[in-house]
Amino acid sequence: MFKWNKNKCLRCGGCISVCPNDALELTEHGIVRDEKKCINCGICELFCPVGAIKVKKNENK
Amino acid sequence: MRDVIIVGAGPGGSATAKHLSEKGYSVALYEKRQEIGAPKRCGEGISLGRVERLGLNPPKNCIRQKIDGAKIYAPSGKAVEIDYGKDSGYILERKMFDKWLAEEAARKGAFVQAKTYIKDVVRERGRVSGVKGESCSEKFEEKSKILVAADGVESKISRVAGLNTTCNPLLIDSGVQFEMAGIEIEDPKKIHLYFGNKIAPRGYLWIFPKGKDVANVGIGIIGNCTIPAIDYLKKFVENKEELKKGSILEVNAGSIPVGGFLKKMTLDNFLIVGDAAYQVNPIHGGGIYEAQFAGRIAAEVIDEALQKKNTSDKQLNKYNIEWWKQRGNSLRKIEKLREVVENLSDEDFNYLADKLTGEDLVNFTRGNSLVTLAKLLLKRPHLIKLAKALF
Repeated sequence: MFKWNKNKCLRCGGCISVCPNDALELTEHGIVRDEKKCINCGICELFCPVGAIKVKKNENK
Repeated sequence: MRDVIIVGAGPGGSATAKHLSEKGYSVALYEKRQEIGAPKRCGEGISLGRVERLGLNPPKNCIRQKIDGAKIYAPSGKAVEIDYGKDSGYILERKMFDKWLAEEAARKGAFVQAKTYIKDVVRERGRVSGVKGESCSEKFEEKSKILVAADGVESKISRVAGLNTTCNPLLIDSGVQFEMAGIEIEDPKKIHLYFGNKIAPRGYLWIFPKGKDVANVGIGIIGNCTIPAIDYLKKFVENKEELKKGSILEVNAGSIPVGGFLKKMTLDNFLIVGDAAYQVNPIHGGGIYEAQFAGRIAAEVIDEALQKKNTSDKQLNKYNIEWWKQRGNSLRKIEKLREVVENLSDEDFNYLADKLTGEDLVNFTRGNSLVTLAKLLLKRPHLIKLAKALF
């Protein structure tokens, strides 16, 4: 599970810079995750400077 | 067909574009955002020596405040003061500064275009040969002899081009910054830096004055902290008498690389400049100077390659060699210092604040006199291991 809070997000791209699998992208609709690439590691959640991302780890995996 | 396409109009991209256009090449500089320089993700400080070394003469509207020193606060509240006795740095208005750098590139003949998102590279026989993107929502494709990725720390272009630039996420700090007004600044000619694991774990918190009552107030902390950086910053502002009544005019965030330099920043017809290659000073995370300096090296290497009509990886490898010789090796030394700092407890910080002078600190941030620091650390048994790294 990947929850992105559009009201908290400052569109800084920080999550993209730390994603080890290149699974995130900043589009005009906000942060978009590629489900196939995402490994639910949660690094983006820890990194986000404003706490706009929540990842539930390893669900169904 | 361009000689060179540059992705990203920050200081690194604009400097590369300016130097290459000056030499007469056909250069295109593309910026994803609708306005070059905004939103900024930066503390906006740069030393005068650096500005001179880059040969820049920025117009007055780019400079908000002249700085003559720094005050560095240990967790105990004790400040170590650095006083140069004369102007030694600027707090910039990055929005104006970045735009001015892009103007300079345009003035020399570069084609600069904002709101142009480069999504992918074009290839010919496996080699990078141009870009694919969207300019003001119009799709386009353009060829170039060389492509430069100056697209910042979240660089996508390097990865699509085929260089694995993913670095250890712990080498990227999580940063937030407020532009504050209506505050009181005791000494507006000093930058103020606050250290401590409760204030800014691994990193530091800064107040960079932009006049008597306006400042860039920000924080950079280790990227795996369970509390978001903005919470640390809010707490600091709320607990500080001089700040808490102030207004917040801007809220910005971003990632701050603090190391992880790349050995290889080139491919056939391709190279990386600036934050995209983690070219920053690892102790303070500053990259305005590093990006432009690297841009100049890149321009020289590209010039030679185009003259020789050989833009192969082997030819462009000169950029790797020159960057490491001129910047990388000394930045690596500074990275060791950061590795020490990130392991210090609040008690250690307080101890060092008692023992060190402002002059010592200046030397350390330049990668000099680290032996002095090592000797001090040796006196604290639990820091012996850290001290050894500095010898």
